[in-house]
Amino acid sequence: MSAARRLFEKPWLGSFVAAFLVWLATILFTRGQGGGELITAALTFATFFVIVGIGQMFVITLGPGNVDLSIPATMTLAGSVAMKVMDTQDGMIAVGLLVALACGLAVGLFNYGLILLLRIPPIIATLSSSFVILSAAIAYGRGLRIKPPPLLADFTTAQIAGVPVLAIFVTLLAALMAIVLHRTAYGRSVLAIGQSQRAAGFAGIRVERIRFATYVLSALLASLCGYLFSGFSGGSSLSMGEQYLLASIAVVVIGGTSVAGGNGNVPGLWGAALFLFLVQSMLNTYQLSAGLRYLATGLIIIAVITAAGGQKTLR
Amino acid sequence: MTALISPRFLRAILPALSLAILLALIFYLNPRTMSYVGLNLMLNLAIPIALATIAQLCVMTVNDLDLSIGAYVGFVVCVAGTWLHQDPVLGIAALAGGIVIYALVGALIHLRNLPSIVVTLGMSFVWLGLAVSILPRPGGQAPEWIAWLMKLKPPYVPFPIIAAAVIAAVAWFALMRTSYGSILRGSGGNPRSIERAGWSLLKTKVTMFALAGFFGMLAGLSLIGLTTSAQANVADRYTLYSIAGVILGGGDFVGGRVSPVGAVLGAITLTLSAPFLTFIHLPPDWQIGAQGAILIIVLALRAVIDRVEKRR
Repeated sequence: MSAARRLFEKPWLGSFVAAFLVWLATILFTRGQGGGELITAALTFATFFVIVGIGQMFVITLGPGNVDLSIPATMTLAGSVAMKVMDTQDGMIAVGLLVALACGLAVGLFNYGLILLLRIPPIIATLSSSFVILSAAIAYGRGLRIKPPPLLADFTTAQIAGVPVLAIFVTLLAALMAIVLHRTAYGRSVLAIGQSQRAAGFAGIRVERIRFATYVLSALLASLCGYLFSGFSGGSSLSMGEQYLLASIAVVVIGGTSVAGGNGNVPGLWGAALFLFLVQSMLNTYQLSAGLRYLATGLIIIAVITAAGGQKTLR
Repeated sequence: MTALISPRFLRAILPALSLAILLALIFYLNPRTMSYVGLNLMLNLAIPIALATIAQLCVMTVNDLDLSIGAYVGFVVCVAGTWLHQDPVLGIAALAGGIVIYALVGALIHLRNLPSIVVTLGMSFVWLGLAVSILPRPGGQAPEWIAWLMKLKPPYVPFPIIAAAVIAAVAWFALMRTSYGSILRGSGGNPRSIERAGWSLLKTKVTMFALAGFFGMLAGLSLIGLTTSAQANVADRYTLYSIAGVILGGGDFVGGRVSPVGAVLGAITLTLSAPFLTFIHLPPDWQIGAQGAILIIVLALRAVIDRVEKRR
C-alpha cells in the first residue's frame, strides 16, 4: 500500500477536505477578499468546538448509548461561577480556572453517580442532570454578565501572525489526548470497552472505573471550555452553551469517530470543527434569510453524516 | 397479598402513583384547584405534551431518540397558524409533507445505520428553518375549528382529561393489542429475530417515524388551539418534556419496552409539576432544575424496585 493511498484512507481527511471546499466556496463569493481573516476566525471558534469535542469523543467511543448531553449546561455553570469568583481581577485568574474545573469535577461525579446508582442509560442521566446544572447556573448567575479579567480576555483573543494563541494550545492538547487515546492503558481500555464491553470486562479491564474517568474527563473539558469561552466573549451568558449540544456531537461524528464506539479519532475533530464554523460563515456571507440559514445548516449536517456513515458500511 | 405488592406491580403503578401524589399535594396546597375550572386550567397544556410524548414513545420503541420533536411541533404550529388558516389545501399538503419527511428520516437512519441523535439534531435545524421561513415574526391565527375543539367544555369531566384518556387508549390499543404492534415493539426489543421471522425492519422503522410525525402534528395542532397565535420556537421545551414523559411513564430507553398509558400519565405529571412548583413558591430560576430532580427521583424509585426484584 502506497503512502498516498494510506493517507486517503484516513477517516479524518474527509473533514479537512470538506472544510477547505466550504472555505473556497466562501471566498469565491467574495472574490478572494477576507480569506485570511476567515481562516483566523474559523481557527478561533473551532478551538472551542474541539475542546468539548475531545471529551465527547472519549464518551462516544465507550460504545452505544454513551453520550454526554450535559456539556452545554456544564459550560454555562463553570463559566458563570468562574466569572463571578474572579470578579474582573487579574490576580484571580488561576483561582477562577480551578473553580471552573471544580465545577466540572462535580458535574462529572454527579453524572456518573446517576449512571451507576440508577442504572439508567447515560443519555438519560446526563439529560436529567443538565436540567439541574442549568438551574444552578441560572440561580447563581442571576443573568448578570460579569466581565472577565482583562488578562484572561487578552489571552483568549491573542494572535500570533493570524493564528490564535488558544488554537495553538488546543492543538497541543488534542495531540496529547491522541496519545492518551492510542498509547496509554486508559485510552486503550476506552477503545476496548467500545468494541465489546463484555470482552473488555473478561480481559480484566475495570470497566466501571474507566467509564467513571471518561465522564469526569468530558465534564472537565466542558468546564474548561466554558471558562475560556467566557473569557473570549466578554463574560458568561445563560445561552452560551446552546449551540454546543449539536456541535460537540457533530464534530465527533463528522470527524470520523465511529458512532458505534471503539474507534476514536482526534485529528478529525479539528477538521470537523473548522467545517462547522465555515459552513455557518458561508451561509452568512451568502446573506440568506435566518430561516434558510437554519434549513441549510441542518441539511448540510445530515448530508455530511450520511456520507460519513456510508464510508463505514463499505468496509 | 404478596402478589399485590410485587415489584412488577409496583413498577407498573409507579407512574399513576407519582401523579396521584403530585395531585394530592396540589389539592392540599391550593384547594381551589380541586374544581372543574381549576383542573381545566392546570391540565390544558397536558394535551399537546401528551401527544408529543406519544410521538417520542414511537421513536423510542425502535431504540432511537428524536431530538427534533420540539422544533417539529413549532413547525406545525406555524403551518396551522398561517397556511391552514388561509389556504387549507396548502396547509394540509404541508402537514402531510411533514409526516412524509419523518418517514424518510426513519428510512435514512435505518438504511445508512446512522445515529438518530445526530440526524434528528440536524432535523431540528431544518424544522426551525422552515418554521421561521413560513412565519418570521410571531403572529398568525388558529383555524376556528381547532380553537373551538380545544375550548370544548363537556359536562362533569374537563376536556383535557377526556382527551388524555382517548390518546392513551388509542396508543395502548395500537401498540399493545394489535399483532403488528407487537412486531413494532419486537423490532426494538430483538431486531434480529424479527428480521429472521421475515419482517422488514425498514418498514417497522418507517412506520414508527411516520407515526411520530403524525402524533407530533396532532401536538402542534392542539397547541395552537390553546395559544391561538403562532411562533416558531413556541415548543422548544417539548423535546425534553417528551423524553422525560416517556421515562416517567415507565418506558425503557432500549428494548422496545414502552408503556403508552404510563407515558400519558408521565406527560400529565410533568405538566402538573409547573403549577405545583409555583404553589410551593419555588423561585422561577429553580423550576427547570426541580423538574430534572423529579425525573431523577422517579428513576431512583424505579432503580430501588428493580433491585428488590433481583434479590427475590
